[in-house]
Amino acid sequence: MSSLSMTDRHAPAPPLSERRRILRRVANNRLALLGAVIIVLLIGLAVLGPFIAPYPPNEINMGARVQPPSVAHPFGTDDFGRDVFSRVLAGARVSIYVGLVAVGISLLAGTSLGLISGYYGGWADEVIMRAMDVLFSFPAILLAIAIVAALGPGVTNAMIAIGVVYTPIFARITRGSVLAVRKEVYVDAARSIGSADRRILLRHILPNIAAPIIVETTLSLAFAILSEAALSFIGLGAQPPDPSWGRMLSEGRSFIQQAPWIGIFPGLAIMITVMGFNFLGDGLRDALDPKLKQVLENG
Amino acid sequence: MLRFIVRRLLTTILVILGVTFISFLIIHLVPGDPARIMLGLNATEEKVAEVQRAMGLDRPFIVQYGNWLADLLRGNLGESFITGQSVTQAVVERLPRTLTLAGAALVIALLIALPAGIIAALRPRSPAAYFATIFSQVGVSIPDFWMGIMLILLFSLTLRWLPPSGYAPFSESPLEWLRHLILPAVTVGIVSGSVLTRFVRSAMLEALHQDYVRTARAKGISERHVVLRHVLRNAMIPIVTVTGLQLAGLLGGVVIVEVIFAWPGLGRLALDAVQRRDYPMMQGAVLFVALAFALVNLLVDILYAYLDPRIKY
Repeated sequence: MSSLSMTDRHAPAPPLSERRRILRRVANNRLALLGAVIIVLLIGLAVLGPFIAPYPPNEINMGARVQPPSVAHPFGTDDFGRDVFSRVLAGARVSIYVGLVAVGISLLAGTSLGLISGYYGGWADEVIMRAMDVLFSFPAILLAIAIVAALGPGVTNAMIAIGVVYTPIFARITRGSVLAVRKEVYVDAARSIGSADRRILLRHILPNIAAPIIVETTLSLAFAILSEAALSFIGLGAQPPDPSWGRMLSEGRSFIQQAPWIGIFPGLAIMITVMGFNFLGDGLRDALDPKLKQVLENG
Repeated sequence: MLRFIVRRLLTTILVILGVTFISFLIIHLVPGDPARIMLGLNATEEKVAEVQRAMGLDRPFIVQYGNWLADLLRGNLGESFITGQSVTQAVVERLPRTLTLAGAALVIALLIALPAGIIAALRPRSPAAYFATIFSQVGVSIPDFWMGIMLILLFSLTLRWLPPSGYAPFSESPLEWLRHLILPAVTVGIVSGSVLTRFVRSAMLEALHQDYVRTARAKGISERHVVLRHVLRNAMIPIVTVTGLQLAGLLGGVVIVEVIFAWPGLGRLALDAVQRRDYPMMQGAVLFVALAFALVNLLVDILYAYLDPRIKY
């Protein structure tokens, strides 16, 4: 029995030196570092938002309508006299929350499906992957729109829709990676000592295929935040008066000539956030595995 | 090759069947009864039951799907809940406009990406390469709907060069048609071009480091000849594939841009239908975009197999 637990404990994760090497490569990648700094700043702003925002995000002040940026209102005010800076800060919370939950859904669903598909093969693989192909055959934003339209507008349904839309990507990547390691010695060893499939999948295979999944998670966060902004922009995501960046952009659209700041700042916030996740994702991809591209393409 | 095409066709048919199923399923996820939604809140129970029977909503789900599929094959996608217009007619009328916009955006994306990607690979330390790299990194992060608004602000409202939105039929005035097309196409094209730039650059870099390039250089062939005949030709294979995939992606990308620019295509049709809860119309628009998407993907795969003789199926 003791040999069993020894094998289990030592087989899965890559050695520490490998992790250090990866971390060093990420740290040496300027773009990844810039991405990480942007994300940390953003999370800081989202967490501290309520303390640093000069006004409550939904506070209406009809006496200060459509004012250009000033010391009192660094990003100006909107047509209800609400402080755009405070709303952009509050919007960061919405974006990060939606991004994390949506990607969490696709990560959980997609990785589970990919593990089953790749490990068991056969009809389970066929059924799962063909279903993923079908979901993949819809342009992402259109499928998200259709799902939210069916479930009803709102942040929760937007998160579900984005989660469903990005599930196939995780399923494909996980499946491709499982196929690559399925025949490895440590998997055979675990199986030969009688480890249950569930244990082999979660303790042995998953830690060894984590790299591409981590990269995809980072990049998907960028897409999820963009998708939420798009859904809110067309009125299917966050509902008024909640300050979502996409929503603010759509509200600012009517005033774009008289008061461009209402639309410019939320747009910049979306762009910088998405850029942060993209930079970090690309950097991680380069650092974690040069062969990753192959897995992604063949998965 | 023929076997590959047949196999790929069969997969596409399966996928298309799945697409029809999901398009059908989505409408059935809608909370509430389509008949009641259609008739409004004041309708009597009898009237609702009558419409349910007429629409076949009282039958089992799978029978409803079968009937809907049979209608679809006959080209009948039902009628709009709101206007009573035939969905097929509306979709067929708008599909070419969406394809035009996606096609124009692709042309712009290529006009940006080919020179930018090639220069970035050939002269990696030049200012142009630096600019191309920044563009490819930043471009993918710009929300297209924001970019659209910014372009309207600059070129329509400030400089007054181009109309801010709308559509003019080509048959009435080709010049006006073009003027209305430019801004939406540039909006989608820039984002797509930034993705393509990255691929063009990496495909060029990969081809540049191949043995046959070294051999060609060793033979004393001029650098221009090496780049045009050896590097570019080989780099074109992955570029064509990614370009095709981009076209498929553009079909989705134009949805929101169509709304911003009031471009009367399928995307706008779908969103208008969503906002009015006009489910048959939404179903038709979503289905057709997905079908176009699946067909473009099929064509890209076949083209890829044809272009690259090294690939065996």
